[in-house]
Amino acid sequence: MARIRLEQLRHTYRAKPAGDDDWALKRLDLAWEQGTASALLGPSGCGKTTLLNLISGLLRPTEGVVRFGERDVTALPPDARNIAQVFQFPVVYDTMTVYDNLAFPLRNRRVAPAEVDRRVREVAELLDLGPTLRHRAAGLTADGKQKISLGRGLVRSDVAAILFDEPLTVVDPHLKWRLRSKLKELHQKLGTTMIYVTHDQTEALTFADQVVVMDQGTVVQAGTPVELFERPRHTFVGHFIGSPGMNVLPATVEGTTVRFLGHPIELRPAPARPPPAGARLELGVRPEFVRLAADGIPVRIVRVSETGRHRIVEARHEDTPIKLLVGEGDPVPAEQAFLRFDPAHTQLYVDGWSAT
Amino acid sequence: MAFALHDVALRIAGEVHLHPTRLALAPRGFNVLLGPTLAGKTTLLRVLAGLVRPTAGAVLRDGADVTGVPVRKRRVAMVYQQFINYGHLSVFENVASPLRVAGAADAEVRRRVHRIAELLGLGPFLDRRPAELSGGQQQRVALARALVKDADLVLLDEPLANLDYKLREALRDELPRLFAGRECTVVYATTEPAEALLLGGHTATLDEGRVTQFGPSDEVYRRPVDLVTARTFSDPPINTAAVAKRGDRIELGRVASWPARGGLAALPDGPYVLGLRPHHVRIAGTAAGSGEDVVIAGKVSIAEISGSESVVHFALDGGTWVSQTHGVHRFDVGAEVRFRLEIARGLYFAPDGRRAGAEV
Amino acid sequence: MREPGALPELQPGPPEAGQAGGRPAPSAIRSEAPPRRAPADGRTPNARAWWLVAPVVALVAFNAIVPLMTVVNYSVQETFGDNVFFFEGMKWFREVLGSSRFHQALQRQLLFTGIILLIEVPLGVAIALAMPRRGFWASVCLVLMAMPLLIPWNVVGAMWNLLALPDIGLLGRTLNGMGFDYNYTRQPLAAWATMVGMDVWHWTSLVVLLAYAGLSAIPEAYYQAARIDGASSWAVFRHIQLPKMKRVLLIAVLLRFMDSFMIYTEPVVLTGGGPGNATTLLSIDLVKIALGQFDLGPGAAMSLVYFLIILLLSWIYYTVMTRDGGQ
Repeated sequence: MARIRLEQLRHTYRAKPAGDDDWALKRLDLAWEQGTASALLGPSGCGKTTLLNLISGLLRPTEGVVRFGERDVTALPPDARNIAQVFQFPVVYDTMTVYDNLAFPLRNRRVAPAEVDRRVREVAELLDLGPTLRHRAAGLTADGKQKISLGRGLVRSDVAAILFDEPLTVVDPHLKWRLRSKLKELHQKLGTTMIYVTHDQTEALTFADQVVVMDQGTVVQAGTPVELFERPRHTFVGHFIGSPGMNVLPATVEGTTVRFLGHPIELRPAPARPPPAGARLELGVRPEFVRLAADGIPVRIVRVSETGRHRIVEARHEDTPIKLLVGEGDPVPAEQAFLRFDPAHTQLYVDGWSAT
Repeated sequence: MAFALHDVALRIAGEVHLHPTRLALAPRGFNVLLGPTLAGKTTLLRVLAGLVRPTAGAVLRDGADVTGVPVRKRRVAMVYQQFINYGHLSVFENVASPLRVAGAADAEVRRRVHRIAELLGLGPFLDRRPAELSGGQQQRVALARALVKDADLVLLDEPLANLDYKLREALRDELPRLFAGRECTVVYATTEPAEALLLGGHTATLDEGRVTQFGPSDEVYRRPVDLVTARTFSDPPINTAAVAKRGDRIELGRVASWPARGGLAALPDGPYVLGLRPHHVRIAGTAAGSGEDVVIAGKVSIAEISGSESVVHFALDGGTWVSQTHGVHRFDVGAEVRFRLEIARGLYFAPDGRRAGAEV
Repeated sequence: MREPGALPELQPGPPEAGQAGGRPAPSAIRSEAPPRRAPADGRTPNARAWWLVAPVVALVAFNAIVPLMTVVNYSVQETFGDNVFFFEGMKWFREVLGSSRFHQALQRQLLFTGIILLIEVPLGVAIALAMPRRGFWASVCLVLMAMPLLIPWNVVGAMWNLLALPDIGLLGRTLNGMGFDYNYTRQPLAAWATMVGMDVWHWTSLVVLLAYAGLSAIPEAYYQAARIDGASSWAVFRHIQLPKMKRVLLIAVLLRFMDSFMIYTEPVVLTGGGPGNATTLLSIDLVKIALGQFDLGPGAAMSLVYFLIILLLSWIYYTVMTRDGGQ
């Protein structure tokens, strides 16, 4: 199987869509190369699950074409598309054993019993489900059940892509870590295309090589985690990725000088051209790229919260809040301080979109 | 109001739901109950609320036994993981409901509802029905209802678990502010270590129906009394490895050894468990370390890059370790990489799980 | 959105997951975990609660226990009228259990219950599967299904009586017109067919509604996963729908078993137990003995045997069904 391509795709759940708001997914073109680990990231209702279901064939797009390689699969049902999907809530066949659960997709496709046995054991080995093969699937914990759902996808030798729809929602934090790493490991081992839908940026960024950030039915930015983190194209991406999100501060531009409430701010590279008059101007700088300094922007320290690895310091310049991260063990002044922004990681945004 | 559990235990049909627990909650502050699913967090909350009567011990309020006092006489508010609101009432009436039950005058109700709504950013939605709001707003309505009636004890049972990551972040940020200056004691149950730290206040770690430790959150985080507490309070999971003390040195298999300093020096020789959180295992050469650090080489099994951080899983001495390092560092699977263990931050546990040689 | 029935502060605990809006809560999974620390537990005892229950206890006592004791009393005594009773011990029980009349009635009863269960349960499930899951037509179907359940039992008997009359009834005339020799007042087979048809018409809806409720509770993700796994409709039914419906079907079979075992009004109105004794079921026979012949002792003994059979069969059925992986 080759790449997955969506061409001029558009989808609505309404019979007669009137305005733009009636489209759950506005027109988009997207492609995933064979073997990528990719994530669709966005808030609830941004259309990411709709997009996933269009790829798997659970939904038929209102407009546009879905291609796997050169083949047009728009009209094909899910089982003819060679995809596997793992849902938010684990789906296991309660009455069957773990073994029979894993064998189910193969038996449905009338694979020879010897082959079924071989594949099931192989996949069970891969997912550490070996010792539970004879157990009833209903008795497993949430993460065990999610592994079964995943296993039912992996067991098929012809599977072209595995789609995940917020698969870690019901899993406890420490197991979340283990299961997420397991997915990453599987991807490294098998090289299957994986597309992962989530609202959790940590999950998306650690899992994926390529992340598509969505909001209100459109793609805001697609790129590597590093690109999204260091050069967010839109303030929404800056806010949505990173914890805490990017500081978005009011800005003014005179000639080539960018100012934040009167203080000149150095940007590298500087904005390409002067912004149009009347546009909304903002500076974006992540808390990771704000530093305590001997001089610069004077602030009051309002609050310090601990995360274990570092502290989130909330400062205020006049009434504008600015957040910064301070490493474990580094000192934080009690009240007054000065801040500096890293010029290479500070960007000017014009009407929300990056101008640097 | 000071709340305390005096040797409270709960058994139901012969099964232990709560082992004998002694706990004095920090008055007028955040008390976080941290533990995995089924650790007994909800049970503890329900005992505090008076929804469940413990089979032994007493619930004390300002020193007085309130164990048998029914819920409605307790001035307790509770917020659940699910957004529970009255679907047929407006947001205003939802928030007003506890006051109406208490028989407050109309003007008083209006005044207090508006004040709380303002605080929670619900002002523009007071005329709407809860179903017309987003998940985050619905949970704000539930919170407003808990706040409006000036309860002595506010119990929050994983209130943010059903919200999107970013909404969770925003509301978590607001919560300590909302309760600041109030007279009530807050108990907040969560499965997420980061939440316990960010909310500040005190944390009780729970495991299988037992409170393993209670104290100021960062204190519990940095000085867990045992391995179970350290595990409960680590996300990503804490690295653990079998080490041995021999003479004045600690040995990690044949891989590395370092001098036993401070409280460790006095420990008897023998096997111990070393616990080292992933952010204390850094890729060598990324930042200045201290002279005590131990450098080892491991074989990369998974590499995850989250934009600002690199998380590298590697094999060392038969075990799997995780390193969390600031910055973007790419490695191929199978590569030999050198890691710097900030061993001075290590936690040592005796074979029975108790922490040994209390060192920072 | 979930609408709580009481103030949240007074609720006994967090609501069951799955009912909450948008995203069902993780506790949906929790409840499937080993029941070691399930949230169910002892409540705060409150003596006042007993006063609230007292009227119901009194009502049950007068309605069920007192009459039952009267029957027990009759069943061990003999009377020749004038309120004079003699103690007879187990005589009536021996007589009832040994009588071929009772055996035949019991056989007819078991046959009837067996036939209607075999028809109504699969038919009910099939109809529930065929019904639309949502939208306008779902409501229409539900109302149509509920209709037969709302008709009083004697009216059902009367309706079918008229419907099946061979000379003027729609069904009777049609069948005869089609060349079948059909007369339920004279042919035992025709009487049975009519009686079974009537019961199926009246009660299949109950199975449909229960099965439909079970089906509606299955999350969409199960169907989606099955489509991706390439499962056939039969496999979906066998591995998803049937297991998820198991509990409601258990209840449906139990209800239909008990109801059909106690059926009286409809067959009496339809056939009066005839032709001959062909459709004289246990309850009809009981009434004939106890009231028709006014044999109080044997009647009471038979009532108790009848009651115990129902209790025993229900208990066996329920125990067997729930023990077999009911958890």
